[in-house]
This record gives sequence, structure tokens and C-alpha cells, in this order.
Amino acid sequence: MAGTAVRGRLTWQVGTVSEVIVETPTVRTIYVDVPDWAGHRAGQHLDVRLTAEDGYSAERSYSIASAPGEPVAITVQRLDDGEVSPYLTDELRPGDELELRGPIGGYFVWDGEPEPMLLLAGGSGVVPLRAMLRHRARTGSATRARLLYSARALPDVIYRAELDEYGRDGAEVSYTLTKQQPPGWSGHAGRVDQVLIEQVAFPVEQHPAAYVCGPTSFVEAVAQWLVMLGYPPSRVKTERFGGK
Amino acid sequence: MTALDGNAIGGLLHEVFGTEMTASVGTCASCGSRRQVAEFVVYLGGPGTVARCRDCLALLMVVTSRQAMNCVDLTGLSDLAV
Repeated sequence: MAGTAVRGRLTWQVGTVSEVIVETPTVRTIYVDVPDWAGHRAGQHLDVRLTAEDGYSAERSYSIASAPGEPVAITVQRLDDGEVSPYLTDELRPGDELELRGPIGGYFVWDGEPEPMLLLAGGSGVVPLRAMLRHRARTGSATRARLLYSARALPDVIYRAELDEYGRDGAEVSYTLTKQQPPGWSGHAGRVDQVLIEQVAFPVEQHPAAYVCGPTSFVEAVAQWLVMLGYPPSRVKTERFGGK
Repeated sequence: MTALDGNAIGGLLHEVFGTEMTASVGTCASCGSRRQVAEFVVYLGGPGTVARCRDCLALLMVVTSRQAMNCVDLTGLSDLAV
């Protein structure tokens, strides 16, 4: 049913795919034109609903990859046994329609606060953190930002060129490669552990805000280490993707 | 089934309550812990959507959806700021 969105109500809308960007062999960023988009905050997500001809439908949440003020984009990692992601990454083309609702969330968001931001990403958990860094860059924010991004290998790193640019432009960006490091790799190797978190974390006295996003096990370990370092739990925002 | 968190039910709860809920604070009726909804332990994919307390794992919330109707059980929460 068409109609005007009621203020405050979250309604399903139909957007049109405008562009699909290949980020890695299994990851796509999908730009969607949404006529009545209310605008979003950095870190928010949206729900996507796919409906089969027989009426069966499946919903999934995806973090919004673009900065506030930019067109809506989501970045989707293909899961081989997924019900929704293979369609989004392999089948969707510009001009196709996509049913979604959003923006969603008021907890895992960054609105330009001045305290240092510590961003900790596991795999595709980098997506909402990229929106935050992008927002920071677009607004010329002076907030100190540090990203530690854990990925299996360099080719799995999403947004690498853009993140490296932030790294040259005021933010501190580092990677840890858990499975495979290229010859001469000077970044971190192996899984994120307590020692690495201690290395990258801003001192508690600076009242940093931490944003941790990734697989559930990654998020719970990292959040626990930050609290052990003295970060107040309320300053450690978490978003879990499930998975391994 | 992997545990997610309350961010994953932001859309569902917005639909139910008509407003953003992930930053709202809920109080566990079992242990009294007060946390933002985003911090709840959430399980999707069962017959209902289940939220549990991060501190004592008591059941806080169950939402079952049928057609366009949501059935919401909040008896595990002694308080939820809307």
C-alpha cells in the first residue's frame, strides 16, 4: 500500500538499486535510491526483505555503509549457505527493486562527538565503522580516530584504498591478518588478543568511545578486554553479527 | 544458534513500539540489571524472537509474528523505557 510515511513509524519501502560495487570477490556495496529516505546516522542499519513468488519471505539486517547525507548503501558479504546474501551479491543489478526499512538504531551510532573514537572491526563488522570514518572525513571532524580491522587475509579487507586514505589523513588505521600475510607484511598478524587491544586503545583518561562490531565471539572478547583496561561498559558499544 | 544482540531487533521493536528502542533501558525482572536493549542477548530464527538478560540469561522478551500481527511477551522485564 502506497502512502505517506507516518512520522515515527518504520515502514517497508521499495528502493531501486543504482549501483553495485565489487569490493572483494565475495563482498558488494549496493547503492539504493529510496524516494522517502529520512536520512541516517553513522552506524545505523536497515532491514532488507526478499519475497519469493510463493509468498515466502526472509529478512536480514545490514549496516548502512554510506555516511549521513549520502545515498543509502549497504555492503553485503556473501554467505555460501545464506538465504538472502547470495541474491544480493550475485543477482542484484542496477535498476532492480529492493524492499527495505530503515534507518534503524540509536545505540551503535556516532554523531560527531569530540572524544577519541576507537573502532574495532572483525571482518564485515567494518561496515558501520566505515560509515563513521566517512562521516568524520566528510565533516572535517577533529575527533581522533583509530581503527583496528581484523581480516583473514589482505584480499578480504573491504574498503582498503579508502581506509588507507583515512590513515594518511588523520585517522590511524591498522590491520591484523589472521590467516595469511603477504610477504613483507608490516602490519599485525594473528587474531586480536588482549595485548594488541592494550596497544591500540586510547588511554581511559581521554574518555574514549569504543565501537566494536563483528562476529559474536570477536565482539565479546574485545569488549571484555576493553572493560578490563578500565573502559566503562557504557563507553563500549557493541554490535554482533553472529557467525563463527 | 548463535547469539546476536538487541541491535538485530531494532527494526522489529520499532515496528512494535513505534519508536527507536535499541538505546532504551530495560530492567531484568529476575536479577534487576538495567541495560540498553542493544545489549540484550538475542536469538533469531526460532519460532519466536527471544531476548535474554546479558547478566543472568533470564528470558526478557519474546516476540512471535504471524501474518501482520506481532505477539509480544515482556513479562521478563520489570521496566522498559519507551
